[in-house]
Amino acid sequence: MSKKYTKDHEWVQLDGDVATVGITDYAQSQLGDVVFVEVPEAGRQVGQGDDAAVVESVKAASEVYAPLSGEIVEGNGALEDNPAMVNEDADNQGWFFKLKLADTSELDGLMDEAAYADFVKELD
Amino acid sequence: MRYLPLTDTDRQTMLGQIGVGSVDDLFVDVPASAQREGTVDLPRHLGEMQVERQLSAMAAKNMTASSVPFFCGAGAYKHHVPATVDHIIQRSEFLTSYTPYQPEITQGTLQYLFEFQTQVSELTGMPVANASMYDGSTATAEAVLMAHRVTRKSRAVLSARLHPHYTAVVENLSEMGGFAVAQNPVGDASQVSEAEDLLALMDDDTSCVVIQNPDFFGNVSDFSALAAAVQEKGCLLIAVVPEIVSLGLLKRPGDMGADIVTGEGQSIGNGLNFGGPYVGLFAAKQKHIRQMPGRLCGETVDADGQRGFVLTLSTREQHIRRDKATSNICTNSGLCSLAFTAHMTLLGGKGLRHLAQLNHAHAVQLSQSLSAIEGVELLTPAFFNEFSLRVPKSAASVVEALAEKGVLGGVPVSRLSPEAGLEDVLVVAATEANTQEDIAAYAAALKEVLA
Amino acid sequence: MSEKQTFSGNRGLQLEEPLIFEIGSYQNCGVDLDEVPDVASRLGDCAAAGNVDLPGLSEPEAMRHFVRLSQKNHAIDAGLYPLGSCTMKHNPRLNEKMARLPGFSDIHPLQPQATVQGALELMDDLAHWLKTLTGLPAVALSPKAGAHGELCGMMAIRAAIEAKGELATRNRVLVPESAHGTNPATAALLGFKVDGIPANAEGRVDLAAFKEKLGDDVAAIMLTNPNTCGLFERDIIEIADALHDVGGYFYCDGANFNAIVGRVRPGDLGVDAMHINLHKTFSTPHGGGGPGSGPTVLSDRLAAFAPLPFVVSGDDGFSLVETMVDARLGADENPFGRMVAFHGQMGMYVRALSYMMSHGADGLRQVAEDAVLNANYILASLRDVMTAPFDNGPKAPCMHEALFDDSFLKDTGLDTLDFAKAMIDEGYHPMTMYFPLVVHGAMLIEPTETESKASLDLFIATMRDLVKGAKEGDMARFKNAPELAPRRRLDETQAARNPILRWQEREPEAQAAE
Repeated sequence: MSKKYTKDHEWVQLDGDVATVGITDYAQSQLGDVVFVEVPEAGRQVGQGDDAAVVESVKAASEVYAPLSGEIVEGNGALEDNPAMVNEDADNQGWFFKLKLADTSELDGLMDEAAYADFVKELD
Repeated sequence: MRYLPLTDTDRQTMLGQIGVGSVDDLFVDVPASAQREGTVDLPRHLGEMQVERQLSAMAAKNMTASSVPFFCGAGAYKHHVPATVDHIIQRSEFLTSYTPYQPEITQGTLQYLFEFQTQVSELTGMPVANASMYDGSTATAEAVLMAHRVTRKSRAVLSARLHPHYTAVVENLSEMGGFAVAQNPVGDASQVSEAEDLLALMDDDTSCVVIQNPDFFGNVSDFSALAAAVQEKGCLLIAVVPEIVSLGLLKRPGDMGADIVTGEGQSIGNGLNFGGPYVGLFAAKQKHIRQMPGRLCGETVDADGQRGFVLTLSTREQHIRRDKATSNICTNSGLCSLAFTAHMTLLGGKGLRHLAQLNHAHAVQLSQSLSAIEGVELLTPAFFNEFSLRVPKSAASVVEALAEKGVLGGVPVSRLSPEAGLEDVLVVAATEANTQEDIAAYAAALKEVLA
Repeated sequence: MSEKQTFSGNRGLQLEEPLIFEIGSYQNCGVDLDEVPDVASRLGDCAAAGNVDLPGLSEPEAMRHFVRLSQKNHAIDAGLYPLGSCTMKHNPRLNEKMARLPGFSDIHPLQPQATVQGALELMDDLAHWLKTLTGLPAVALSPKAGAHGELCGMMAIRAAIEAKGELATRNRVLVPESAHGTNPATAALLGFKVDGIPANAEGRVDLAAFKEKLGDDVAAIMLTNPNTCGLFERDIIEIADALHDVGGYFYCDGANFNAIVGRVRPGDLGVDAMHINLHKTFSTPHGGGGPGSGPTVLSDRLAAFAPLPFVVSGDDGFSLVETMVDARLGADENPFGRMVAFHGQMGMYVRALSYMMSHGADGLRQVAEDAVLNANYILASLRDVMTAPFDNGPKAPCMHEALFDDSFLKDTGLDTLDFAKAMIDEGYHPMTMYFPLVVHGAMLIEPTETESKASLDLFIATMRDLVKGAKEGDMARFKNAPELAPRRRLDETQAARNPILRWQEREPEAQAAE
């Protein structure tokens, strides 16, 4: 399955019923140098749209929201030691957390790559 | 008017450049009903000489601490501030500069803040200190909120021996924020270990226990065992230091296991000033720095690789997190923290210890003098520079009678806690500023008052 | 400009200065203390085993250290500091002299009240000036800073709502998107839900959108007036009336009071609570970040809830109401509690009153007029080369500050930050940047009334030259800036990723490597 995107600039990569979630390259460029990341602990239940993680740059702080409901399987602890990874590789190694989905139908509400690209173009 | 550089000619020229006829045209957006002709009903401007005359007359109505034998404490202490300190804080570049948001041209402020943070860290025995808060009481209330954030709980347990104003401030902020507070009821002023009572008051929703050392009555004690017991229950121990000079002689709260240390820094560098401005101290453990309120100054390098300092971890603060900030605080206590840094620099660790020894010695001498008077009982077995006495009549009436004899003899507990049932308890402080003559004068006056 | 290298690292009068921990020692002390009398210790089990590991310096060394540090700072005394919403006006030295009178500085807050009647009188006088200038009947003097005053005003509102039994339902606070960050932070701290109000095309509260948000669950609005875009909210009375009609309270952030002091009274605009920044409008010094003072004026609806302590005057003189027990003795007194130990920022009260007495009612009105005149002069003189998003010509003036955005920098490859850093090389502290958030790359300029026309003219000319440089593509002037300040641009990312918040003794090998 290819990536899906939210209006809050999160990407979702599904593998079975576990979704890996990160923020997009556009988001990291808007934030500037990331200095701190707080990822959720495994076992935590999140609803779609709930605060799940925090990403801070020098000048801004943002919530990273759960794009889908479910249970956190793993937070990317590596980001806590190396927050710069979010800037270097937001789309891949800069993932924030993995989530076991409660309701796969929620995926239908997300954008695909082309729709997200249009969405970003509108913002600038 | 001496502070207004614009002349009438200037004003006319500028109005012309703007393209309006009069300054009233610049206030067009003010609703008609709120526009006022003339001036408000207050006196007209005065020259310096007249202002000095009027304010000096007001000031002359007050009995100053230096003019009489003086022994008041209870959270604000009379120490001698070296002339150098007051001069430094009046330098234009410190007095009239702003928060160092443009670090390239405010390295002076940032460097002394870094020195201040280091001094507070070292004094308290805690790894990290912030760049100061308004005062000890608000710092303590903020510490309680921080403990709630760190533990994700919402109830605080307070010692009975916390300064009553500090208790009131914590209670107010907690109640308004929807948090619970339980205080050990004030029983006795004499030293009885509170540890068991405090532990018994804790429950599953408790985030912290707040104690003060030296406490409001002057008692000092090693609270390591209490700290360990509190932490075993998954809670934080917040230790309040009302008299920072005490750390020249006492065990450091960090060494005794405190998780957060707050305090009042007024005693170093800042005069009594009738209660403000003062300087709140706040120090915590490394793992909690992102939950700390207030400003933080950090070391870094510039584009040429030279060491410099900047405000950092600002994303906790209100101007970025807005409704998710760790606090709404905006200012620190700037100039008061500079005064602290300068005075502490002049003292150094050795000088602070010497200063603390003088304070303790004078307090011991005073306690011996006063408790020798018939009817006067010393309630505090171990103390730093402040202790409590039980007197045979109302402590408030004793203090007033002493004042009439030209002695400011301390603070009656009833002034701060009128319902505590401690009308006969007086809190008395002595510092390096007291002479042997002062001590003798107090003893003589007290004897007369109680006769 | 000379690129000469020096041995010492100093450059003429620009002197490098290490940390006290690098130059002082435990043995040094700049204070002479008496011998300690020989008495037995009574420290119980609390005596420290070790020493306090902090260095001291002799007096000459300490003086030199701090004087050198001071020389690295920009300050109002040295030049224009056009920070929007900060009101960086001249700090009169008479205020410093008055605050240092022993009768004000050398008195203890808990001395018998009979021995400090002059201090209580001063607080009472200050209260009178603040109430008269704002047209509100009550004032809480004790808040220690502007943000603290905000908290006070909102606490009073919360207490009033609770007294009516409406706390559970009336829990939404309306805050404009342009508001200062302390506003939503304060509301959230008190358990309110924050609901943003958009701005209209003229940079003011969108009246229709505001009215749509009204309901019985609205506790308060938190408005700044003049607002953070430097504009007077024309609809303010209509806003206040609509809000009052649904039982809500009007909190006004008084940060911009300098635009209207002595000319307009917030009480006439329907305000229920307003904090005043003594360190902005009333000239008490900014001191590198504090101390401030934020007395909060209160309307009739809120007066009863003013926190402890407050001064009352009677036949016997002045007295302080300090405890709930004292308060119960007074009719209509229902303080919501206490916000701070002791009585507030007495040192700043003396300074502020000295300033008010110096200006008088006539001078203060002139302050507002000159402040607004100066800001409009800057707007008029820069509008053709910079972009002011809400500018509509002389018929639509700004108040005491002028707001620009970064549209004029489009296609230059430069942003507001670059522009600001280049101002530093020209000898100016930059204006407020990136606030308010409602415009892109905001530049908020507040000159205050204590700038001369000559000072403004040089500033305007310099800004025009900077714009010219930007448009002509002189990238180096901006991207490399500042080049002439004591430090170049500092690495804030490193400071945040790897926080070093105190000095530590370093290993000798590490020092050698540096």
